[in-house]
Amino acid sequence: MRLRRRLTVVIAAAALCLVAACGSDDETAGRTEIKMWSHSAGNPTEVEVIDKIIAEFNASQSEYVVEAEYFPQRAYNDAIVAAATAGDLPCLIDMDGPVMPNWAWAEAIVPLDLPTELTDKFLPSAIGKWDGKIYSIGYWDAALSILARKSALDEAGIRIPTRAQPWTRDEFDQALATLKEGGYEYPIDMGVWDVGEWWAYAYSPLLQSFGGDLIDRDTYRQAEGALNGPEAVAFGEWFQSLFTRGYASRTPSIANADFINGDVAMAWTGNWNAPAAIEALKDDVVFLPPPDLGNGPKIGGASWQWGISANCDDKQGANDYIEFSLQDKYIADFVDATGNIPATQEAAAQVEAYKPGGRLEEMVDFSRDYAVIRPPTPAYAVITNVFERTLKDIVNGADVKSSLDRAVDQIDFNIKANDGYGF
Amino acid sequence: MTTTTAPTPEVPATVTAPRRRRGAPSPVRRAEQRSAWAMAAPALIGLLLFLGIPTLLAFGLSFTNARLISPSGPSFVGVENYTRAFSNDPTFVRSLLNTFYFAAVVVPVQSALGLGLAVLVNQKIRGVNIFRTIFFVPVVTSIVVVSILWTFLYQEDGLINSILGTLTGGAFTGQAWLQEPGTAMPAIIVLSMWQAVGFHMVIWLAGLQTIPAELYDAAKVDGATARDQFRYVTWPGLRPTLVFVAVTITIAALGLFVQIDVMTRGGPLDSTGTIIFHAVQQGFRQQEVGYGAAISLIFFVLVLAVSLLQRRLTREK
Repeated sequence: MRLRRRLTVVIAAAALCLVAACGSDDETAGRTEIKMWSHSAGNPTEVEVIDKIIAEFNASQSEYVVEAEYFPQRAYNDAIVAAATAGDLPCLIDMDGPVMPNWAWAEAIVPLDLPTELTDKFLPSAIGKWDGKIYSIGYWDAALSILARKSALDEAGIRIPTRAQPWTRDEFDQALATLKEGGYEYPIDMGVWDVGEWWAYAYSPLLQSFGGDLIDRDTYRQAEGALNGPEAVAFGEWFQSLFTRGYASRTPSIANADFINGDVAMAWTGNWNAPAAIEALKDDVVFLPPPDLGNGPKIGGASWQWGISANCDDKQGANDYIEFSLQDKYIADFVDATGNIPATQEAAAQVEAYKPGGRLEEMVDFSRDYAVIRPPTPAYAVITNVFERTLKDIVNGADVKSSLDRAVDQIDFNIKANDGYGF
Repeated sequence: MTTTTAPTPEVPATVTAPRRRRGAPSPVRRAEQRSAWAMAAPALIGLLLFLGIPTLLAFGLSFTNARLISPSGPSFVGVENYTRAFSNDPTFVRSLLNTFYFAAVVVPVQSALGLGLAVLVNQKIRGVNIFRTIFFVPVVTSIVVVSILWTFLYQEDGLINSILGTLTGGAFTGQAWLQEPGTAMPAIIVLSMWQAVGFHMVIWLAGLQTIPAELYDAAKVDGATARDQFRYVTWPGLRPTLVFVAVTITIAALGLFVQIDVMTRGGPLDSTGTIIFHAVQQGFRQQEVGYGAAISLIFFVLVLAVSLLQRRLTREK
């Protein structure tokens, strides 16, 4: 998943890293150093919480000292793949949920050693499993939702959907048509300005709600039938029509700005954009469940999680750090800072937005009820890359069926070339 | 535009000194040779380390099915990667065509624009340095920043559409330049030339200033018009510069990557994908480094062929 970021923030965070987090101090001399990489540069509030956890971990014992290095998200996945190839990974890394199986399969990361009573408290989508073992764990998950201006919906006489009764596909289309007639040049911002993993994260749940999928989950050996079957084609044609019918712009502003500025009435985005929306629109912003496009509402699950690299010399220290960092208070801090969904109920109770009656309480339910994990297969690196390109082509008017057929060819070719990745 | 492949610098194996015709080199000459090698060494070692060895490695990898991260080592697959590129990968073929389309437009147009600008800023008028600076500023601006800014300019509600709309009195309705297969590549061509033309302006300018003023004076005495002067004095005097400009623009154009990666990611409908971009997608993002290496080597051979051809066509008779 992606977090909102702005250029200035990236620069500010890089500077912060230079002066604060990346320096070392004298009192830690003589201890075993454990290096850590994170994708959080560009998100100063996240960096602040991680730095706090590290400082308290370093103070809590005298054997290890954790040193963090922050990367901008856009460059992070490339950086860790390159480091893994060079055998140069630091001990602790955070990984986007769906890439974890590839790493575990390649034996670039090792299973975590965490007590079951601790991991049982976590949201299932905050835990990364491969081959029955836990390889990664996150403080939070993220949820997609339709952010909407309540006043715009009320004015147009559109029913506010609920979890008990989400919009059907017809209702959703009708709502978009009504809003467009009501004067919105584009009623919804689908967020297509973004690149990379966002595409599979944000739009494959819509595909799944239609009844298609990225890969055949019975065998994990082919995309044929799942990604180019009738349901997938129906999804592609519907998705394309959002743009051809003028319901969504192909060049929206970045980071949810169109919604905040009132240029669109709704936005398909994640909870990480919720705090800014609440601040700008106060009570007028509502968080709607995704539409039921035929197969129930779906959202993406599994976000950034922590793991330990296989070439780490001090796996015990790294494991100690991860276990230490999983305390409810840190999860609560993290969630406070980012607006993401706390991985434990105990942490949720400590956070204003997520405790019972909080503005974002329902997001936890979205995550629990609707989350679909992206296919846990090493082929995912190819799947996400091909899906991004294919769906972009579809947005830009390509023939849906032949685009999807080509995507399936590429994915299946790769799976065959790798002997099915052991499935 | 960034140059990805540097032309091999000529190694000064012998320093110009009074030469002996025959016999063993004198101790002086040998010392000079030694210092020549010593001076060339930093560049040579760098070339070997960062160009020579990686090229050899890529050559080896391209005959395997190596993956970036994998539990099992690579195995030999023969020329499969090469046959796949040409027979089973439409995106690769399309990328090849796109790359040549880009180069075919950029090389002549950017060279000519650079020369035009150089002639303009070569005049002896007040404030000419200001213009030189203005034209050069995009060159020293990061291409990533330039690409992001131009992405905004090209948006449906971006500056370019509002300018066109205003100029035509609203007759022109905006379009998303980078989202249409027909306009995406031309849009990238325009921005690439805007960014890089200042550099070649400076090269042309240097060339212009090597032409002795007496030649112009003599031409004037003979009654040559400004046009004649350009045709018969300036242009012949610029020949070595032309070769340099043409070769460097060609190599840079064939290596088009950053703009694509930042602005379109090869889309829409494969209309802007280039060879380098495809190599990065396949070799790095999809982790099939063996196939990526094969694509890179095909690119290497292409650039080499084009450069040799250019050199042949433009060599001094």
